[in-house]
Amino acid sequence: MATVPKVEVGTDYKEKYGFFVPEEYVFKAKRGLNPEIVKEISWMKQEPEWMTNMRLRSLEIFRKKPMPKWGADLSVIDFENIFYYLKASDKQSKTWEELPPDIKATYDRLGVPEAERKFLAGVSAQYESEVVYHSLQEELTKKGVIFTDTDSALRDHPELFKEYFGTVIPPADNKFSALNTAVWSGGSFIYVPKGVRVDIPLQAYFRINAENMGQFERTLIICDEGSFVHYIEGCTAPIYSTDSLHSAVVEIIVKKNARCRYTTIQNWSTNVYNLVTKRAMAYADATMEWVDGNLGSQITMKYPSVYLMEPGAKGDVLSVAFAGKGQHQDAGGKMIHVAPNTTSTITSKSISKGGGRTSYRGHIKIYPGANNCKSFVKCDALLLDDESRSDTYPYNDVDAENVTLGHEATVSKVSDEQLFYLMSRGINRAEAETMIVNGFIEPFTKELPLEYAVELNRLIQLEMEGSVG
Amino acid sequence: MADFEIKDLRASVEGREILKGVSLAISRGEVHAVMGLNGTGKSTLSHTLMGHPGYTVDGGSVIFKGQNVLELEPDERARLGMFLAFQYPVVVPGISMANFLRTAMNSKRGYDGKDKSKQVTPKEFRGLLKGELEVLHMDDSFLPRYINDGFSGGEKKRAEILQMAMLKPEIAILDETDSGLDIDSIKFVAEAVNRMRGPELGILIITHYTRILEFIKPDFVHVLVDGKFVLSGGPEVAERLEKTGYAEWGKEETAQPEEVA
Repeated sequence: MATVPKVEVGTDYKEKYGFFVPEEYVFKAKRGLNPEIVKEISWMKQEPEWMTNMRLRSLEIFRKKPMPKWGADLSVIDFENIFYYLKASDKQSKTWEELPPDIKATYDRLGVPEAERKFLAGVSAQYESEVVYHSLQEELTKKGVIFTDTDSALRDHPELFKEYFGTVIPPADNKFSALNTAVWSGGSFIYVPKGVRVDIPLQAYFRINAENMGQFERTLIICDEGSFVHYIEGCTAPIYSTDSLHSAVVEIIVKKNARCRYTTIQNWSTNVYNLVTKRAMAYADATMEWVDGNLGSQITMKYPSVYLMEPGAKGDVLSVAFAGKGQHQDAGGKMIHVAPNTTSTITSKSISKGGGRTSYRGHIKIYPGANNCKSFVKCDALLLDDESRSDTYPYNDVDAENVTLGHEATVSKVSDEQLFYLMSRGINRAEAETMIVNGFIEPFTKELPLEYAVELNRLIQLEMEGSVG
Repeated sequence: MADFEIKDLRASVEGREILKGVSLAISRGEVHAVMGLNGTGKSTLSHTLMGHPGYTVDGGSVIFKGQNVLELEPDERARLGMFLAFQYPVVVPGISMANFLRTAMNSKRGYDGKDKSKQVTPKEFRGLLKGELEVLHMDDSFLPRYINDGFSGGEKKRAEILQMAMLKPEIAILDETDSGLDIDSIKFVAEAVNRMRGPELGILIITHYTRILEFIKPDFVHVLVDGKFVLSGGPEVAERLEKTGYAEWGKEETAQPEEVA
């Protein structure tokens, strides 16, 4: 049969999309974590005292909290061997032309300028630990929309910032939210005023590019009443020889009648620990949608959640996880029904290949008095071979009346019948398998802007190429 | 020598011997019909010819264009010029019929994403599709639908014949294409197949019933009983079966179809 070039995910990462630009740092923090480093980070950023204190408090919490043991194995993370802050260049760029050349080269390969030409309202590209490139179209400014990096937001919009920062995910929420609050840097800040609809998706590209470098970006999105915004983060990263930690916190407030969609395609290199806390508060008749794609990393633990705070609130999680050799994708979603007449859906699609492991972990909580709620969970797992593994851990706590709760789970393999059918039309095995996998995640892909959908299908194709010798 | 030569083909499923030495020579331009009851090996024949992994070849050869196709993967057989219209077309969710047809055509032409001259252009694709859709009484609306997903019996079979028309095989195997079809659908399908008949195409119709042979006239008819051909001849064999059924081989069933609503 036709020979297909063998590409091992991981080892050939560099050729595929793990390009590498020599590092050039203005400031390089020391490895490890202690109050002095935290103070230094805050001082470097010229932050107000309340933030310095919050960081120090969070560090204490981080130290006291035990490592979570209920999920993936995190014992190998060495917190003393991580850089907690790096700054790639000492100033922020307003236009593409002003970007430092090596950073520009990286983004050129990622296609950022092209994407921008096509439909970007603004680009906030995180290189290393800080946002270095940022542009905002005049139209958005006129509408009163704030789209900036989180460090600038603290400086330029202190009142707004202080009102919401840490209110959705307090430092003590979990060990990694505490860590993030202690050492956070970069991330996006979005404020959409009352009744304003941002029609074009706002995008950020994240990359990490330093050995042993942690990334602790912090994103805060506030959708005021009746507003709409779609935010997209897409990540690819080069491979490194030692482990790397990515631990972000994303907080979103969706006020009455507003709608927010947050789309992620993360493709960290396969040595990254990706431990992310994402949570949104949805108020009366508001809608929060998480569209979450996890392809890379060694371990991902991520459960986007929505707190449905007032009647009529709606929460959606649509997630896809792909785990190849040596990878564990522990992902899912949480829906917390605090108010009556709220609805939620979680749709999870996972693919395991070459011994990779995917887990769906979900929590549906319906508080006393939150009557007439509806929640539906659907998780489908696709196993591409016998060595791979998939597990489902659904937790439901229902303390209210007249609740509709549905759960549906399937585990399947690429069927011989489907393969035979496609191959009988002249399509080779590798391509047929890729088609079946892309078809499996199509409910996810169709929610993405076209360019991302194409890129995702391409990534799947690259991941699949290793499967046939 | 015929274009497509099956010699003493023996095959089994899960250790059970089904085909016990089948030989058949098909040349392009000819239409052969293989008739038989359920369980006589009709499906095994079609699946083995196309290379389904669930069927084990125990002996014999199938020579097409100088190669023993039994040694090839299903996709290689297809690219060589073989086609199987499935009795039970398979559902593949998430992939549109349009995407599927285009990918299959590109594969058939050897387009691997590099040599653009081999690629089927959108204009060419549209043009080819339009004519075939008309003959099969289908419309554009099925193109964005997922492969066979939610298709009625008639739609599935028509979609199979559409694929055949687009891929232009040299040897086509129609596996019980008439089963489960109403008379109108059979007519549309037969019309499309008859349009493709010609010196470039050899057809093997596998069927339980004689009805489809009223619309697609075979040149040769072979009767399969218990994994072997017991009778071969011209169209008169089908007529004989129509009258007497399979009784002369000790089988009670008739060759008349059940009524399809």
